[in-house]
Parts: sequence; structure tokens; C-alpha cells
Amino acid sequence: MSAHLLAEITVLVLAAFVGFEVISKVPTTLHTPLMSGTNAIHGIVIVGGMLVAGSSHDWIGIVLGTIAVTFGTINVVGGFLVTDRMLEMFKGRRPAPSDEQKAA
Amino acid sequence: MPQIWIDAAYLLAAVCFILGLRFLSHPRTARRGNLVAAAGMGVALIATLLDAHITNYTWIVVGVVIGTAVGVAGARMVKMTAMPQMVALFNGVGGGAAALVASSDYLRGGATGPGDLVPVIFSAAVGSISFAGSMIAFLKLQEWMTGRPLTYPGQQVVNALVALGILAISGYLLVTASAPLYVTLVVLALLLGVAFVLPIGGADMPVVISLLNAFTGLSAAATGFVLSNTVLIVGGTLVGASGTLLTLMMSRAMGRSIANVLFSAFGSAVLVPAARGGPSQDGRTVRSGSADDVAVLLAYANSVVIVPGYGLAVAQAQHAVHELAELLEKRGVDVKYAIHPVAGRMPGHMNVLLAEANVPYEQLVEMDEINPQMERTDVALVVGANDTTNPAAKNTPGSPIYGMPIIEVDEAHNVVVLKRSLGAGFAGIDNELYYNPKTTMLFGDAKKSLSELVSAVKNV
Repeated sequence: MSAHLLAEITVLVLAAFVGFEVISKVPTTLHTPLMSGTNAIHGIVIVGGMLVAGSSHDWIGIVLGTIAVTFGTINVVGGFLVTDRMLEMFKGRRPAPSDEQKAA
Repeated sequence: MPQIWIDAAYLLAAVCFILGLRFLSHPRTARRGNLVAAAGMGVALIATLLDAHITNYTWIVVGVVIGTAVGVAGARMVKMTAMPQMVALFNGVGGGAAALVASSDYLRGGATGPGDLVPVIFSAAVGSISFAGSMIAFLKLQEWMTGRPLTYPGQQVVNALVALGILAISGYLLVTASAPLYVTLVVLALLLGVAFVLPIGGADMPVVISLLNAFTGLSAAATGFVLSNTVLIVGGTLVGASGTLLTLMMSRAMGRSIANVLFSAFGSAVLVPAARGGPSQDGRTVRSGSADDVAVLLAYANSVVIVPGYGLAVAQAQHAVHELAELLEKRGVDVKYAIHPVAGRMPGHMNVLLAEANVPYEQLVEMDEINPQMERTDVALVVGANDTTNPAAKNTPGSPIYGMPIIEVDEAHNVVVLKRSLGAGFAGIDNELYYNPKTTMLFGDAKKSLSELVSAVKNV
């Protein structure tokens, strides 16, 4: 196994731990935005699509790369927008009697 | 731009993703979190465009323009009730993109040696399963095909054979290069994606969507190995972790193992014909009340817990229920909403639907938090929820839902159930709650019943 591959596996394992740690703190109230937000993040695969579509000179690369960029863009743009739309709706109590006011 | 700068930009993007997810842990900061993650994505994309390998921008622009048009239109127009299918669709195209990138690498002879071939094959197979599976999930949720489990004799054997075929071809491809076999692998993976979602019913979709989300994440991470790209590995793995965690939480919230959710075709039982009020076949009686009776009960209560289920969303009654809750609060009644983790068609779906109706998030209470308060609650108002309130889950060993955590409405002093008929829920079983002497049934469409309750409470 090359040192390079091992370094990549290290990144994978650490990212998995960080992922479990961070995501287990998200309350169930926000699970739908969490899912659509992470959904948008895996759209990062568009980076691969861009590299293929932008560096290919053969039709297989161009066709597959262009479709991958299209799919990836739908994933990224749609994912972040729809998450924002949802999170915009999550509001606290509007007149918001704060704790200090109540205590006073 | 030198590669080192591009890699630094990728590191920045990965940090943004993690911070973004961290901010998602509170409704106050969640929106900012999403923006931070989106900014990270922007940084990664700009860095990629400056990569020296990219010499031709034409096709990238074509893809981005089409993708943006579709993505913006989809995200703007989707109704909140249709969110699960939208997420399924976005998830599917992500998996498809991962499989396409891997395929172009393989078919053009880029992958040699197991260090390249393993991630290429993994990404292609898992990405294709995720793509096809998500499309079937989309069709089911959109009700362009039946939401009931689709089964045929020998289904599991066929699925197992397809899965074995995929593994066998994968093994062979590690040793011998073959484009036709590679294409066969992708076709089989697409087939498996379709086949494994077909037997899963509508109410089990929260598990399926979470699992497919994890699949796409992992295939994106594998693509990162193919391209030696760390931001892909980090981004993909974060999603893989999130999807896995949600899958586990959702199946726990159903009291069933993941294997049971995926393979048992749960909910395919034939529904019992519905009776309306009066004594049931076995002599148990159901008490049915009028809107006025229930209004008095609610208006003079100290505390009311509303238990919404997917039926509420189907009846589009989110706004009506919020109107009733506000009216009761003005009379000094303490109102909360008890949200079961699997209420709706994806994790947390019910919270989004109620947030859309302007219910403040402080009132949305999780199951584990509300259950201890139930015995001190005057009225539990069940709207369009069934299996998630069925006491059989606690009391009847042998019931298909035995062991599933429920909202313990039967602990409240009074229970009011808004329901069309006595018909069974998704699990296809009777709900003994309806025969409980504490329970009043208010039959009819949820939205109509709620509007009647609103005007009745005003007149109390």
C-alpha cells in the first residue's frame, strides 16, 4: 500500500469520526434540513465531473463528464437552495418574551 | 494555479462543510450553517475551475447552465409536503454523477491496479444503486407509482442473485479489464437499485431515503480516491456518516431492524375494511363526539398536546392546526406538538411542515421529551397519526409493531382522535387506542374537522 493511499484512508477515517460526532448533535427537529444540506454537500462530486468534462478530448469523456456536471449542479444548487428555503421557515416565538424580561 | 493552492482551497472547503454541519445543531444558527457549507462548495468549485488540467470550459458551462436551471426551478417550486421526493431526486443525481465520473475513468483506461480499481468499481456500483433506487423512491413518494410494497414470488432470491452477480463481476474486473463486463456491472447495479426499493412501502421511506443518502455520500468519497481529491473524500464521508446515523435512528424509531425494514415488505397486508363508529365486530365500542364536545374539552384544558402524523400533511391541515393551537393559547391553554421521529416521509419531515405553518420551533417537542409529560396532559389531540400512537407497541407482544417507541397518548387524561374512519394505518393493524374509554373520535377530513373545531372553540 502506498503512503499516498494510506494518507487518503486516514482522511476518510477521521472525516467519518468528525461526521458522526457533529451530526449526532443535530436535533430531530432539524433532520430534514440536515438531510437536504448533506445532500447538497455530496454534490461536491461535481468537481470530478468538471475535471473530466474540461480535460477530455474523446467523446466518452465529454459526454459522461457533461452529464456528470449537469447532475452535480442540480444536486448542489437545488440542495442548498431548498435547504435555505426550509431553514428560513424555522422561527422562534415572534413576540419573543426573553428570559431576562420574564425574570424581571 | 499551482496545485498546492488548489489543495489549500479544498482544505478550506472541507472546513466549511464541517462548520456548516455544526451550525445545523440549532434552529437559530442552522440557516447560517447552510450558507457556510454553500460558501465552501463555491470555494471548491472555483479552485477546480482554475486547475491546469482543465483546458476546455465549453462543456462545463453547458452542464452548469442546464443543472442550475433545473436545480433552481425544482428548489423554488417544490411544496414542503413534496420535500422527500425532491431530496430523493437530488440524491439520485448525485449518485449518478459519482457513477459517471468513475465510469469515464474506467472506460478510458485511467484505472490500473487495485488502488484505483476498487474505488472505481465501488463508486460505479454504489452510485448506480443510489441513482436507480432514488428514482424509484421519487416515483413512489410522488405517487406516480403505488406507495405500497411491490412484491412477487422469489423476489429476495432474484435480488440476492443480482447482488452476487455484481460482486462476482467486481472481483473479475479487478484482475482482468473488460469494458463490456464493466457496463454489465453498471446495468446490474441500476437493476438492484430498482429492485431493492420496490418492496418497501411509503411509511418506511424515511429509512430508505437516509440509506440512499449514505450510499451517494460513500460513492462520492470513493470518487475522491479515484481522483486523489481530499475534498471529495471528506465531503462524501461526512454525508456517508450522516446518512448512516439517520438510517440507524429511523429504524430504531420504528422498533425494527434495518434488515426488517428493507426486506420484509412491511405494510403489504390487506387493509381491514373500515367501520364508522358504533360497536365493532368484536363488540368493543367506540365513542364518537361532535366538534362542539371536543371544543369544550380543549377550551377548558390546562394543557393540550397535539400529535400530528402524515395524515395531517395529506389533508393539508398544517395551517388549520396552527390556527386552533393559537386560539387555545390565547385562552391560556399550554399547547405543544409531539413529533414522532418517523412522522412523515423523511426524517424530521413533520417539523418542516409545521414550521411552514409558522409554528414556533420551541413548541415542537421530541418524543422522548414529551412522553414523561403525557400523564400530566389534559388532552392529547391526535391528528392523522395512527401506528405511532398505538399502545399495542407497548402492550401486545406479537403485534407487528411491538417494540416500536410511540407517543404515549393513552397516558393523557383525555384523548381526541381526528380521523376519517376506523381504518388501519400503514402497518395494517387495528389501533386499540380508539376503543379506550378515554378516547373521543371525531370522524371526518382532518382539515374540515379542525376548521369546525376553530369555530366551535371561538363560540365556547
